[in-house]
Amino acid sequence: MEEIKIFRDAIKDIPTLASNIKKSHEKIVGYLCSYAPEELIYAAGFHPMRLFSSKSDIILAEDHLQTYCCSLVRGVLEDSLSGRLDFLDGTVFPHTCDSIQRLSDIWRMKGKYDLFWDVVLPVKLNTQSAKIYMKDVLNRFKTDLERAAGTTITDDDLNRSISTFNLIRSHLSKLYQLQSRNPGILKGEDLYSIVKGAMVMDRDEVARLLPLIVETLEKTSPPESRAKRIVLSGSICDSPGIYAMLETSGAVIVGDDLCTGQRWFEGRILENKDPITAIAERYMDRIVCPAKHMNPVVRGENIVALARENKADGVVFMLLKFCDPHAFDYPYLKEFLDNEGIKNMLIEMDDQQENLGQLSTRLETFIHMI
Amino acid sequence: MSDPSAQKAKMKSAKKMRDLMTAYYIDALSAGQNNKRVAWITSGGPVEPLLAMDIIPVYPENHAAMIGSAKMGEDLCTKAEEMGYSTDLCSYARADISCSVVKGGPLGGLPKPDMLICCNNICGTVLKWYEVQARFYNVPLFILDTPICHTGYTPEIAKYVRAQIDEYIAFLEVVTKRKFNHEKMATVGKLSLEGQKLWQKVLNTTAHKPSPMSAFDAFFFLALIVTLRGTQIAVDFYTELVQEMEERIQNGISVVPGERYRLLWDNLPIWYQLKWLSGKFSEHNACLVADTYTSAWCGTIKYIDENRFLDSMAEAYTRIYLNIGVDQMADQVLEMIKFYDVDGFVMHSNRSCKPYSFGQLDIMGIVQEKAGIPVLMIEADMVDPRNFSQSQVETRIDAFMEIIKQNKG
Ligand code: SF4
Ligand code: SF4
Ligand code: SF4
Repeated sequence: MEEIKIFRDAIKDIPTLASNIKKSHEKIVGYLCSYAPEELIYAAGFHPMRLFSSKSDIILAEDHLQTYCCSLVRGVLEDSLSGRLDFLDGTVFPHTCDSIQRLSDIWRMKGKYDLFWDVVLPVKLNTQSAKIYMKDVLNRFKTDLERAAGTTITDDDLNRSISTFNLIRSHLSKLYQLQSRNPGILKGEDLYSIVKGAMVMDRDEVARLLPLIVETLEKTSPPESRAKRIVLSGSICDSPGIYAMLETSGAVIVGDDLCTGQRWFEGRILENKDPITAIAERYMDRIVCPAKHMNPVVRGENIVALARENKADGVVFMLLKFCDPHAFDYPYLKEFLDNEGIKNMLIEMDDQQENLGQLSTRLETFIHMI
Repeated sequence: MSDPSAQKAKMKSAKKMRDLMTAYYIDALSAGQNNKRVAWITSGGPVEPLLAMDIIPVYPENHAAMIGSAKMGEDLCTKAEEMGYSTDLCSYARADISCSVVKGGPLGGLPKPDMLICCNNICGTVLKWYEVQARFYNVPLFILDTPICHTGYTPEIAKYVRAQIDEYIAFLEVVTKRKFNHEKMATVGKLSLEGQKLWQKVLNTTAHKPSPMSAFDAFFFLALIVTLRGTQIAVDFYTELVQEMEERIQNGISVVPGERYRLLWDNLPIWYQLKWLSGKFSEHNACLVADTYTSAWCGTIKYIDENRFLDSMAEAYTRIYLNIGVDQMADQVLEMIKFYDVDGFVMHSNRSCKPYSFGQLDIMGIVQEKAGIPVLMIEADMVDPRNFSQSQVETRIDAFMEIIKQNKG
């Protein structure tokens, strides 16, 4: 499909993508976490771009971050220091894990880009005072963005942005539903490209393309599939190789609990409310990441529900090495799945050196056993 | 607490301290029989409201440090790994989590909590750790969310944290089914501030040359300001400790005989190697006179108003050393280098503690540039000895001391 190809091509070469975007957008604002309020950045007329590591060798970042830091954080710092992110005009750090927290300091002290913000969101998302704080912080960020853009962000701007992101996110949900209903209707790698593309490409273009893709797929007759149905869980999945590997092993991804997947795009922003309040509510209510707190069992209940809804044959935990929040949750999530008799396996990954050979054997074995 | 350094034994207060800690743990362990409630609380958490409600605070981190000193860390950390916890997680958390299950450690486990109080001003680890324990013990969990102050304390943060202090009190009232005791709170608040000031005084005595005590002693004497902050016991004890240090100064007693070099330590202690490390530095006539860790329990005195303790504590608990930007941490390090007049800086790159360790390399650069003193970085872990290579560390300390000797002549 032509539209999918646009996504595939776009994510292959981020610097080129960025320079094309610069032609229509004033500034590019990067971030590493799905809690970054991209709606505000977009409403300010800037381009929000999620940053992924280019997975280059760590050389310059060695002088700032020890080896026991996750490869995403080290990798993105390396990209920045080596000039691979020179297209950025600035970055925003919403408070997430301890590693990103310190990356924010190092980044700010390096001062490589004109714009820099910390948006220290609440960690606890289940109280009224946290909600008020969330709104306060978003309002402050809005003012900061206005100053940087030299304009005011009106409610109309915000509402337009909200409807664009709602459109993007609801179509990603539709794509996932289609894939879950008709496994294999989308190749894993295409799914990956679309989701990643939606985090880095021009959002107007994404909003234009996604409905076309959904429409075409709705008319496509579903393929015969007896593939094993897998749900992925973890932080980010930036390894297209994993999808291909799962497919050749006879599996298909029918859902995920990833911050580059459903955790990020499920849940709409209400459109008939004060926009900042509506955005704040969505960040409070969305499927929670382990770096935030809702209640001590919500993620366990969520992974079980996700596996059930998608009739998963198994869950694959894909954790980045040295990622504390996810590593702390893994034993309990596993226990919840085990108690329900849902098969699961853990793979530990490192952005830099994926040992895909060994991994594929383990994945194959798991898939044959479930 | 086990006995980390030989010199300390010569201090009168050391025995007293051990007795007080024993009494404290006996009290905590028999809380159930005495109809007292137990709260587990993070080391940087606001303990004062608990004391005002006669709740016994217990500190898993202090307990984990004991596990480390007793060299029981490897065993308990391994057990946590068998439970599915990655070896890359904080070893305090790993040791405590498995200890709860197997009832291990020097005390055979901590008393079961009636509630959990988690303040995330030190790290995100405690949030996950306390969630684990909230599931395990199935008890209420209160989280005091103190947003990191990368560049400052904003009005939004002030409002949010202050609101949570009231939520904290409401939480305690619900759990204990009793009204909050504001009168007792006022007394506890005063005692807490007094204790912190005395602790600061104790630490300040090491500015004297030669130093009457070292950071190794501070690591030992720290336990009371952590666990009994807000009590008369802590105030009395530190009053005597200050006196003892002043006497030592008057009598010219130094902790490192023939002290020639003065060093500053960064990050948590390496609990299972204190004795060896302190001996190693003494061999070089070097005294670790101060550290960035123990001063965290008196670092925010300037924000506390004893007459408005609850209001001001919001700021004091939010702006602690680990909850500020790396550049501000570097500023504090530079101040300490000046105040204690040190010749070198020893940084413990601690695999367990990411918020403390990431940014250290930048601080190292700043110290080298602005203070012009040599910096040594040791790779280790505070409780898990599998990440410590004695021979490698020894070689590096020797080389570092060579440079310091050359610098100072
Ligand atoms: S897992 Fe969640 S908190 Fe961590 S980087 Fe991803 S979105 Fe952010
Ligand atoms: S992968 Fe984990 S440690 Fe790394 S940035 Fe995301 S949440 Fe933080
Ligand atoms: S050692 Fe570090 S990571 Fe562990 S509990 Fe303490 S502050 Fe948190």
